[in-house]
Amino acid sequence: MPIGLRAEGLRKVYTSPPPLAAAGRGFGMAFRRRPKQDYQVTALDGLALEVAPGEIFGLLGPNGAGKSTTVGVLTTRIRPTAGRAWIGEHEVWKERVAVKRLIGVVPQRPNLDHALTAREILTFHGAYFGLPAEERERRARELLDRFQLTDRADRLVLGFSGGMLQRLSIARALMHSPKVLFLDEPSAGLDPQTRLLLWDLIRRDNESGTTILLTTHNMEEADALCNRVAIVDHGKLIALGTPAELKSSIPGGYVVRLHFAGEPPEALLTTLRKLPGVTEVRAPGPAAVDLYADRGGPLIPEIARLSDDARAEIRDVKISEPSLENLFLHHTGRSLRD
Amino acid sequence: MNVKTFLAMLRRDAHVARRNFVTLLLQTLFQPMLLVFVFGKVMTTSGLIQPEYKGMLLPGIIALAMLLSGVWSVAMPLVSEFQFTKEIEDRLLSPIDTDWVAVEKVVAGMLQAIAAGLVVLPTAWLVMGSGVGLSFRQPFDLLALVLLVSCLAAAIGLSLGTSVGQTQIGLMFSLVIAPMIFFGCAYYPWSSLARFPVLQKVVLVNPMVYATEGFRAALVPRFPHLPKRAIYGGLVLFDLLFLAFGLRQFRRKAVG
Repeated sequence: MPIGLRAEGLRKVYTSPPPLAAAGRGFGMAFRRRPKQDYQVTALDGLALEVAPGEIFGLLGPNGAGKSTTVGVLTTRIRPTAGRAWIGEHEVWKERVAVKRLIGVVPQRPNLDHALTAREILTFHGAYFGLPAEERERRARELLDRFQLTDRADRLVLGFSGGMLQRLSIARALMHSPKVLFLDEPSAGLDPQTRLLLWDLIRRDNESGTTILLTTHNMEEADALCNRVAIVDHGKLIALGTPAELKSSIPGGYVVRLHFAGEPPEALLTTLRKLPGVTEVRAPGPAAVDLYADRGGPLIPEIARLSDDARAEIRDVKISEPSLENLFLHHTGRSLRD
Repeated sequence: MNVKTFLAMLRRDAHVARRNFVTLLLQTLFQPMLLVFVFGKVMTTSGLIQPEYKGMLLPGIIALAMLLSGVWSVAMPLVSEFQFTKEIEDRLLSPIDTDWVAVEKVVAGMLQAIAAGLVVLPTAWLVMGSGVGLSFRQPFDLLALVLLVSCLAAAIGLSLGTSVGQTQIGLMFSLVIAPMIFFGCAYYPWSSLARFPVLQKVVLVNPMVYATEGFRAALVPRFPHLPKRAIYGGLVLFDLLFLAFGLRQFRRKAVG
């Protein structure tokens, strides 16, 4: 039976810099008395989520949106400042051990045990979760095979490529057959081929009943994998729905970007605004114009005619179909890659 | 507590220790053996130091070897696992309360410290040759000391490993470990500091003093040593202190 998860009013305020920013610092070596720095970052600001059993759920947002903090809170690694979360029926902060049994976690940066070989990483992980010796050997063999790591199984992971590390991380997370799998930026830094393989593995695992929550700033990934997507920014939920719903929710989901030879006359912009189906016209640069519209191609002849009439020469036309990228832009005024 | 998980983590550490057996052996044996050879053999044989000194030195060397290997085996992996490789997350996500992950580290460190003591004692004895004059008439004292000293080593390792930054490892050795060794009464008994009354008082904050004096009391009781009550009191106190501090630091690192 697949299980779901939910979270209510999650807030997390960091009062000290994150470990990476403070890398290598232990004792402060303060010879002079420095004023205590006021460090306060609100990573999560009242986030609520509900992921249905058996779903692939995506958290989409730019860097620093609070995605990893959300995963940290849901996986017992970060204590929320306020709010509660449940994995199935278990409250995360109160029943940590029970929760840890149910979840598998693939971190953003591989954290594989460097002192062990790939196979040992899997078998020891199985042992931590109390699998009997025979079963963990069998399962490790199976997963190594499925993740195409068999030929490297008995080597230390030190020399593994990024893709191999990532695959092994996922294999490890699956060793104890978790009910809910968390993947934090699973395909960051992977080549397109490895990414496709990864998506396939994630889908197959989902089909066998695992609920999956993944974070990404790649909307193509969210689109390809997720049943539902939550868009987060500054620790808040901005939009939620299936990729198709979300895309159709933008007024005029299409964006037609025109590049002119020179600055187009103001009158042209006014007439373009009056075209049927066009909801908004913006000029992001001196020679560029963005039309937000409910259609793409069919508008082109009319645009070409109007431009011709206004003696503005079109150099380039780019039509982008409704996408999560456009949606994010629409909701936040920022691009995902900003 | 989840016994299966705890034992599996111990097994993991034992497995890694076995894999690095030679390195570990050299690491724990080499330095004490140099000391034993120079002070216990060269200088006593050449007449620069009285042969009696051998018996004085050996308990100190055992305490030194146990402390160094215990501290090292807990602190070094923790520094890198928490800060650099994040490997520890694997165990923090195991179905066991995170405090037990710290306890497991301490138990593994104790076992390594005990192993180091077991290796150093006969080897050092052999190198020094005749005239060491160890007494094994207090086996229970010896057993209690081995447990308390190994626990002390591992607890100091836990405290340092969770408090020291990666860039401060060198500093940790020159500012913490080196003074601890030199003022740890390993090369001289505590009573010989009588001419330095202030120093004699100050070194009592050094937990190593109780370890070296303890082994002296157990193995070569003919030499002057701290009273047993002070030895056990000091060891228990520092064990608890470093365990509590280490555990607190571990929790702060383990949960964001």
